[in-house]
Amino acid sequence: MATAPKIDWNAVIADPRFQALHRRKQGFLTGLMIFSVVFYFLLPIGAAYFQDLFKTKVWGVVNFGILFALLQFVVAWGVAIYYSRVANRDFDRMAREIAADYEKGG
Amino acid sequence: MLTSNRRLVVYGIAGALAIGSGAAFAQGAVAAQYRWLTFAVFAAIICVTMYVTYLAAKRVKSASDFYTAGGGVSGLQNGWAIAGDYLSAASFLGIAGLISQYGYDGFMYSVGWLVAYITVLLVIAEPCRNIGKYTLPDILAYRNNPKAMRIVGAISVVTVSTFYLTAQMVGGGVLVKTLIGIDYEISVMAVGVLMLAYVLFGGMVATTWVQIIKAVLLVIASLVLVMLVWTPYGFSLPAFLADVVGDTKVQAKVAGLLGDAAKNMTPQELGQRFLEPGLYFKAPIDQISLGMALVFGTAGLPHILMRFFTVPTAQQARKSVVWAMAIIGGFYVLTLFLGFGAAKEVGPGVIASIDAGGNMAGPLLAQHLGGGPDSFLGNFMLAFVSAVAFATIVAVVAGLVLASASAIAHDLYVGVYHGGDIVPPQQQVRAARIATVIVGAVSISIGIAAKGQNVAHLVALAFAVAASANFPCVLLTMYWRRCNTGGIVLGMVVGTVAAVGLTLVSPNLTYPKAVRAASQKVLDGEAAKRSAIEAALASGDAAAIEKATVDQKALDKAVTKAKDDMKKVEGKEVSIMGLEEPLFKLKNPGIISIPLGFLAVLLGALLFRDKRSEELWPEVYARQNTGILASKATSH
Repeated sequence: MATAPKIDWNAVIADPRFQALHRRKQGFLTGLMIFSVVFYFLLPIGAAYFQDLFKTKVWGVVNFGILFALLQFVVAWGVAIYYSRVANRDFDRMAREIAADYEKGG
Repeated sequence: MLTSNRRLVVYGIAGALAIGSGAAFAQGAVAAQYRWLTFAVFAAIICVTMYVTYLAAKRVKSASDFYTAGGGVSGLQNGWAIAGDYLSAASFLGIAGLISQYGYDGFMYSVGWLVAYITVLLVIAEPCRNIGKYTLPDILAYRNNPKAMRIVGAISVVTVSTFYLTAQMVGGGVLVKTLIGIDYEISVMAVGVLMLAYVLFGGMVATTWVQIIKAVLLVIASLVLVMLVWTPYGFSLPAFLADVVGDTKVQAKVAGLLGDAAKNMTPQELGQRFLEPGLYFKAPIDQISLGMALVFGTAGLPHILMRFFTVPTAQQARKSVVWAMAIIGGFYVLTLFLGFGAAKEVGPGVIASIDAGGNMAGPLLAQHLGGGPDSFLGNFMLAFVSAVAFATIVAVVAGLVLASASAIAHDLYVGVYHGGDIVPPQQQVRAARIATVIVGAVSISIGIAAKGQNVAHLVALAFAVAASANFPCVLLTMYWRRCNTGGIVLGMVVGTVAAVGLTLVSPNLTYPKAVRAASQKVLDGEAAKRSAIEAALASGDAAAIEKATVDQKALDKAVTKAKDDMKKVEGKEVSIMGLEEPLFKLKNPGIISIPLGFLAVLLGALLFRDKRSEELWPEVYARQNTGILASKATSH
């Protein structure tokens, strides 16, 4: 670490590419985070206040509540995969370009 | 150094085995003649993990090796290790047990533990990897006053880890006693000695491998059981659950839970009720409060955060969370079948008769599926699951001790005492090892001292403190420009005090008056129940007699417990906080303490000013987003 190049951090965060990365990431993460949290809390709220819906049998003895709880798993995995894809495709590339430039000592 | 390490590892194994074989046995779930099987399976696990520790010991040369395995763990490996660190005995045995006793609510409970990793994935893992080094206080110290950060950070790490550790030690001791019949004190010591051997010699490398091996064994064991439970139904969910609904043992359990409300329900309705919410969770707000602590607390658990410093890049950190979510989530879906399967095959009554909390659901299911208590295969499967449970406790405890020891050695000793001056690598490793021994010895002592205490709420408390203090501080120092030393100090203090304080005045503690009233109710109702059971026994109906026999056992147990409880609170009027009844009505403080923690950081940051925090903001922000220099720091 002692030999790390001196980097002008103010220049990095003022860089339009950094600004673009920051804007995209912030909006994307905030949206996804809010969706995930709200969707999760539908489970305890539903189980407490919408019992008739949760008790409705949909598939043999399997009721809506069980399917909704299983759906929570699917949605959590879905969010993780979706985020990974976007991050692997866009965020990493944008971050690497910026990092490569400044680490060279630019 | 090497040879002495090797010799010590050998002593470690010998010591642990001696403790095991010299143990005084009580009655456990594993029958006496099959106990050697449990030890054989467990000895095999110990040998493999000790061999890994021996190999790892050679590689531990620097502080970075000891704390973070030199940053050389791959995303996939780290994903398994996170799962191994996270799937504690409470979630491995506890959730299957909860489902076997209360049906739907148990399954619903498991969801929050997975969703927690969304927070870790989206906002915590990668930025922490990019700006952190070994510990949680490293992240806070980056832009804020380092000394202040290391002190409050280390206190918080040790607090959270100690709560979690105590719960693991006590829960583990009880569990091993119930399963194998080893004395409580001896099982706590065996867990402690083994864990010390791993951490002391192998550092993070060995800890990581112990966690990976344990997670793989856990998943294999669960998969085998689920296959056995589900195959007869051609992998049809409705067909499997229809049999659960139609099971008389399940129906009897629901009838018992509902009491008078069950009188006008048909057996089919009673069974169906097992698949519906509300048998366990009675207070929705409490449930939501717990959900908040889980979803935000996991991201603030020091031993989980530490795992992200073991991978080389932010990309690998991301990959490891995705893998961890696949493994943890997959495991919880399997527990749906383990829990309901245990209820149907073994019966909720029988499970509760061995352990009131239902923790024995998984092990008993294994024994039943292998052919029952008298068969070799049944006992082999029980032995295997018991050995995995033991390994689970050791692996989780190792992660916690490593997190605490690193906070003491790296943050307090090197960072504060030596003022962050360059301390030679050998001395750093030595400090880390000394801290490990101290933390290990303390955790064994606490484990033994807390025997018989109610520690179930300590895990929830650890999550509450992590969510109310650590999470707001870590999040805001990385994402909020105005965040500074004052904000973090206030946030840490207020978050911790709020979570701990509210818990101390909550219904989690023992209130003698309430205990007395509840016990009295059981004793008052005894006579009526006895005559009902006797009537059923005399009826001549086989099903009624079977049910009455189970009821009789349960009643005997409840009466004994009520009498014991009465004795325990004799002459007492108030809780240890001096209260006659709880001031705060919720069991989980999260819904109040998490917002308080965030508010405190905001307030502290706005009230105080810190030039360093402001000047370093561009660096922190640029680094956490781009990973500039982060990958180079660990390439060696």
